[in-house]
Amino acid sequence: MRLVVDGVDKSFGGTRVLDRCSLVVAEGELAAVLGPSGCGKTTLLRVIAGFERADAGTVTIGGREVTGLPPERRGVGIVPQEAALFPHLSVARNVGFGLPRGSRDRIEECLDLVGLAGLGDRMPHELSGGQQQRVALARALAPRPGVVLLDEPFNALDRALRAAVREQVREALGRAGATAVLVTHDQEEALSMADTVAVMREGRIVQQDTPAAVYSAPGDLGVATFVGEAVVLKAHATGGAASCALGDLPRRPGGRDGPGHVAVRPEQLVLSDPGGRPGEPHGRVERVEFYGHDAAVTVELDTGDTVRVRTGGDVRHRPGDRVAVGVRGTVLFFPG
Amino acid sequence: MTVISPGSPPRAARRAPRRVPPALLVPAALTALLALAPIGYLVVRASEGGAATVLRVLARPRTLELAVRSLGLAAVVTVLCVVVGVSLAWLVVRTDLPGRRLFGVLAALPLAVPSYVAAYTWVAAFPGLPAASGFGGSVLVLTLCSYPYVYLPVAAALGRMDPAMEEVALSLGRSRMSVVLRRLRPAAAVGGLLVAMYVLAEFGAVSIMRFDVFTTQIHTSYRASFDRTPAAVLGLLLVLITLLIVVAEARTRGRAAYAGRGAPARRPAVVRLRAKPLAVAWAGGIAALAVGFPLVSIGYWLAEGASARLRPGELIEAVTATLAVSAAGAAVTTALAVPVGVIAARYRGRTAAFLEQCTYAGHSLPGIVIALSLVFFAVRYAEPLYQRAPLLVIAYAVLFLPAAVGSVRASVLQSPPVLEEVARSLGRTPLRAICQVTLPLAFPGVLAGAALVFLTAMKELPATLLLRPTGMDTLATRLWTETGSGSYAAAAPYAALLMLLAAIPGFLLGRRATREDA
Repeated sequence: MRLVVDGVDKSFGGTRVLDRCSLVVAEGELAAVLGPSGCGKTTLLRVIAGFERADAGTVTIGGREVTGLPPERRGVGIVPQEAALFPHLSVARNVGFGLPRGSRDRIEECLDLVGLAGLGDRMPHELSGGQQQRVALARALAPRPGVVLLDEPFNALDRALRAAVREQVREALGRAGATAVLVTHDQEEALSMADTVAVMREGRIVQQDTPAAVYSAPGDLGVATFVGEAVVLKAHATGGAASCALGDLPRRPGGRDGPGHVAVRPEQLVLSDPGGRPGEPHGRVERVEFYGHDAAVTVELDTGDTVRVRTGGDVRHRPGDRVAVGVRGTVLFFPG
Repeated sequence: MTVISPGSPPRAARRAPRRVPPALLVPAALTALLALAPIGYLVVRASEGGAATVLRVLARPRTLELAVRSLGLAAVVTVLCVVVGVSLAWLVVRTDLPGRRLFGVLAALPLAVPSYVAAYTWVAAFPGLPAASGFGGSVLVLTLCSYPYVYLPVAAALGRMDPAMEEVALSLGRSRMSVVLRRLRPAAAVGGLLVAMYVLAEFGAVSIMRFDVFTTQIHTSYRASFDRTPAAVLGLLLVLITLLIVVAEARTRGRAAYAGRGAPARRPAVVRLRAKPLAVAWAGGIAALAVGFPLVSIGYWLAEGASARLRPGELIEAVTATLAVSAAGAAVTTALAVPVGVIAARYRGRTAAFLEQCTYAGHSLPGIVIALSLVFFAVRYAEPLYQRAPLLVIAYAVLFLPAAVGSVRASVLQSPPVLEEVARSLGRTPLRAICQVTLPLAFPGVLAGAALVFLTAMKELPATLLLRPTGMDTLATRLWTETGSGSYAAAAPYAALLMLLAAIPGFLLGRRATREDA
């Protein structure tokens, strides 16, 4: 069902944790709420689920306003960070906890959905971390909730496992046709899994869009540097170009003129031997970090600014070399 | 690839709710009221004679004499317990004492010997000997029975000590002892204060040793006179002194917890003993006196009694009565403790903390004082209950509520609150979530707590003496009566049964303490 969070405020003691927070998730969509620790994303989830009461604002699920309802009447499923399976119940009874008695078929169906068919008689402590997480998902999906909330569900798993479990969870949610909100601080997770990404900062959703749009057209400098790496330089924009230490760079049309900053994605920067193209800024290589399939080269420009350039793994330059730094494509300019 | 915040800080702790649901609040408030009632009523009763009477009783030379005796006994026993407890803990945990593990188990075993049973064994073995009666006898018995209260926390603290600190001290030219002793001070202080509290509340052992202190005087006063106001005044005075020690203990416990947080990465170095025979003699001697001697004495008197006439009927009656009233006490206490324990574990805020603190009222107060207050209350307002079993069960509830609440709280804490939240998201009301998820998970711990109350109630003496229905005897009261009239042989079976019952928790505690540093 469609989830609409509108203008939610929440304070604890004197601290404002949610500040006119608004979020819209269409039916069947997987939305990722992405933000650093302490930005209020867990509180947002708890308000949607009903464990915290909002000071102001509304929460609507499937057209029905649930703001004043207790959690047990909202039809919201939760998948906590640590799976939180009931240790004294078997897997099947865990999954069937929200169902009326004798719902064997539905339990089997949900276990099948998450790829754990036949494990109904196991006890939670006999399962691996990834399996427990999937049972928790099956349990949340079983009563066909309006919305499923996942609170950093892959945090407790080790890195190697994460990608595989992520994919399984995404598929299961897709097959169930569930509307889901996933909270995370890992932008790789958010960008790769979600249909829509909501970037959260200091209690507000500052931008909500598709992953590609959030990456290529961030609303402000904060989003640009949070979602993906960016080289930030002081700049002055006039018309279709912004002048900065890297030269006069073409920028997106339609923006304001005047002083501000540019954000250049590392993959837009190109290194070449000095003297190649006229007007290109030059600099000296400070450091080369080799990552195997790619590398990062830190260059100190003649103007004094430092930029970090991403290249392929076959980088030729060494610390101390002089290089020219070019920019491909348009850059992002943010006034102010 | 990029990660937004490498090494992101841990998630903020979930905020526990403040508002306690009425389904829990009402029974918990009633329990708290019950726990506070005895002291409250004591104040009422003591002030009935007016300020003049209170001052008269307090100013009596006898009162001063009792104060000197009670406090003097407490002080001497505490010092001795600290010496014995710290030395044994050091020997067992940090040195290469031969037979360390055995001595570790033996060191905690005196908890299995109720103090009045130990007093019986000494008096029965050496009747009339000055060292085994009066002040000397009381000091001996109470030290041997209470030193585990110092030994256990100090041994735990020694096991958790980080060797790096000692090594730094040695490298800076200080002695190992100075650093270790300083780190041990909080644990030893907590244990010492606990000992002082128990000595002040002690009744059975000192009365068998015929050494008069506050508690025995209260008992005599209650028995002998029509006007029991002086007993109430003395009771209140004792409560006040005890409260001072309780406050000191609570403060020191906080500091002790600070000092010993977390487990060290490495085990501390083992100290080689130079005078091994002396150390073995010390540890062995303490164990022999504290555990071995009572067993031998009881064994001897059992043998004596076997040749004389044994009264099995009385024995069975006493056993049945003990089991029945202790089981009732355990059931009632645990039932009362559940709502308070759940609140203490799951909710925060002033109401929750206040309720929990109230139930700890019976924690340190002498059993005789609580019993006295209940007697006053029953005689005045609840005539039918006077000298009937329900009143005794209520006294047990007040006395053992702290232990039960502590154990319920610890068990509920084992079950994380997120499980209740998940249950609610799946359609359960808060109360059903607690009943279907939290309580089943907490059940084993709650049961263990109830078992502990059951065992402790079986050994209780002073309140049982005062409140039992006429004609009913428990194992403890039988022992006390027979010892008082010099029938040591007749008392032996009761002593043996009590030791057996009390041995169970003592043994388990000792095993856990040595396993921690093993």
